[in-house]
Amino acid sequence: MWIYEKKLQYPVRVGKCDPRLARLLIEQYGGADGELSAALRYLNQRYSIPDRVIGLLTDIGTEEFAHLEMIATMVYKLTKDASPEQMKAAGLADHYVNHDRALYYHDAAGVPWTSAYIQAKGDPIADLYEDIAAEEKARATYQWIIDNTDDPDIMDALKFLREREIVHALRFREAVELLKEHREQKKVF
Amino acid sequence: MEKGQNVDQWREWDAYYSPFDPCSPRQKYYLIPPDQMTTFQSAGLKQYSPHEALKRGTLWPDLYSPYPRGAKEGTR
Amino acid sequence: MSSEKSLPKAYYQYLHELQAVDFVLVELSLYLDTHRDDTQALAQLQQFQKRKHNLVAQFEASFGPLYQYGESQTDAKHWAWADAPWPWQV
Ligand SMILES: [Fe+2]
Repeated sequence: MWIYEKKLQYPVRVGKCDPRLARLLIEQYGGADGELSAALRYLNQRYSIPDRVIGLLTDIGTEEFAHLEMIATMVYKLTKDASPEQMKAAGLADHYVNHDRALYYHDAAGVPWTSAYIQAKGDPIADLYEDIAAEEKARATYQWIIDNTDDPDIMDALKFLREREIVHALRFREAVELLKEHREQKKVF
Repeated sequence: MEKGQNVDQWREWDAYYSPFDPCSPRQKYYLIPPDQMTTFQSAGLKQYSPHEALKRGTLWPDLYSPYPRGAKEGTR
Repeated sequence: MSSEKSLPKAYYQYLHELQAVDFVLVELSLYLDTHRDDTQALAQLQQFQKRKHNLVAQFEASFGPLYQYGESQTDAKHWAWADAPWPWQV
């Protein structure tokens, strides 16, 4: 089970009322390489991966939910007091007519989240390489969002999230190395 | 990785430029993040203080990657 | 227009302190998941667990429970868990 912590992982601040940014940030909420995909990918792969790396998938998968909450916080703060006119000016009219200011799991282009974004091959090497690729893609996405941001506060939180992808990628690479080793094998005589 | 953040993480390349290309050429570059500089983190690496670590998103300077390009150490 | 009483500065200071200590615990946890024989890292994690424990106690005494399902100390007269503000609101 999981225990909710009533706090964010990182002190998220939003410096200015710029609902346009919400539209870009939603990519990491319900996009292919976003935080929802990440959390569900790793937690789901746990059930078929060798015991040696289940702990890592559990811990990174759980951290991804904390990141999802950070993105949600930014989107929430950017849209909660926006008028329909401001939503429209921000390119969020299509979102508004379906969801008002509710968050929804779709990407920046409005494509709804699908489980087709995540893979589970049941082969530990294939799955871990999928995870490494996912982390590098998420890192790149954060870079492209940062490039489209001029709010230093939002940038600050995005840089934190981007760096987490780098650390996660290294841990998954280490997991591959662990699985290459023989020393975990049971002695047969 | 032990050389860590002192290593330039950026690589440059040029795309073929045709006389019929409408826009002026732009230098292309991409990042090699620190996770690519090693396969396994060694024990006992230097650490940031807890507040510095939170700010940077990692406990270890060797794993830190500044962004955007040209962002300096400590300018976050 | 705002219906919420604003939180004291101390709330943000304590929270930030806790976030920093918790972040070290997250980083060391992921590291230990792939370096389980690193006893030095394990000792450091235990040391930060103590710091976290003290910070949580101080924070919860002033600002209410941080953990759900009875994991936090509860007030005998008031169910503070369900009180706003929530993390994305502050
Ligand atoms: Fe990640």
